[in-house]
Amino acid sequence: MAWADSFLRTLKENDVRLVTYVPDNVLTPLIDGAAADNYFMSIGTTREDEAIGTLAGAYMGGLRGVAMMQTSGFALIANALASLVVPYQIPAIIAVSERGTLGEFNIGQVTVARTMRPTLDAIAVEHHTLSDEATMPFIVDKSIKQAFTTQSPVVFIFSPLLTGGNPAAAAKLR
Amino acid sequence: MPAPTIDAPAVKVLNRADLTKRLVTKLARDEAVVAGIGNTNFDLYAAGHRPQNFYMLGSMGLACPIAFGVALAQPERGVIALEGDGSILMALGCLATIGMVKPRNLTIVIMDNGIYQITGRQKAATASSADIVAIARGAGIANSHWVRDEKHFEELVSRRFDDGGPVLLAAKIDDKPGIAQTVRDPPLIRNRFMRGLGTGRASALDA
Repeated sequence: MAWADSFLRTLKENDVRLVTYVPDNVLTPLIDGAAADNYFMSIGTTREDEAIGTLAGAYMGGLRGVAMMQTSGFALIANALASLVVPYQIPAIIAVSERGTLGEFNIGQVTVARTMRPTLDAIAVEHHTLSDEATMPFIVDKSIKQAFTTQSPVVFIFSPLLTGGNPAAAAKLR
Repeated sequence: MPAPTIDAPAVKVLNRADLTKRLVTKLARDEAVVAGIGNTNFDLYAAGHRPQNFYMLGSMGLACPIAFGVALAQPERGVIALEGDGSILMALGCLATIGMVKPRNLTIVIMDNGIYQITGRQKAATASSADIVAIARGAGIANSHWVRDEKHFEELVSRRFDDGGPVLLAAKIDDKPGIAQTVRDPPLIRNRFMRGLGTGRASALDA
């Protein structure tokens, strides 16, 4: 997948080596791509807030990282963001696949997806929706550099316009 | 307080502030210590600030993941997580991750008073049925032990923390609250911790 290769390449260019993740269908090219590349230290965690905590510790120890998760997993990290990442000024890089829109079949995903941007806006966390391969390298590169320079987290939301959405969705939509 | 079930050891009820002081006294190689929300980090602060201490003021349950992250980033440094029983019950999954990755430089100490002391002394599952050491062993941290008494604790922490892990020690403790209040300034805590780990940004402001 070109978008996944592009994202991983930009991570490398910015010395982001640790990948913590909770599995997700849409982000599988990213997760598998990182796992197959010895440059990355890839750790599957049991929950998304655990992925964020691990990232925070690694950053303070001098290792840059990214946490990967799906939309519903994002709903589990509000406390880790609001009481760890934001107040301690941790430049966490977070990649979230966008479920719940543009061809979702699961109403639970639809509702939880609506909490994502309002939550990020409420705690003033920078977020960018990635929907286009052409502009993606610029957005990702500049935002990662901004995050580390300004001690601030950034969230990349991977739109179905970029990823094609959940591969399992087509058979379930009518 | 019911006896722990793993190996049915006879364990003495200990004191968190006392154990924390005993642990800190043993730290000879600038080990990083990450202390969980509430009494756990209050007693680390009370034991005397060290540049390699990190105090959590929120994100209950994340002391072990944060310490795990430090351990991954600095494999040559011993890293210790201090966490309460209520906090680890909230985040049991991280024990499975740590049991899977097996960082040799990570030690976890669980202070188990069987209650959520700081929020009104509500009983935790550890007061009656949940056995933290059994859970940790089941999660893949084979080197997990109940602390029998002060002398046993000192034996268990008289070691190099940069090798031999992951290790989990659980101590049954009394119901005393923490004995100090950590300074509530997260950016300052993070900045000083990073300087203590050699990862902080140097500037003229350090003078």
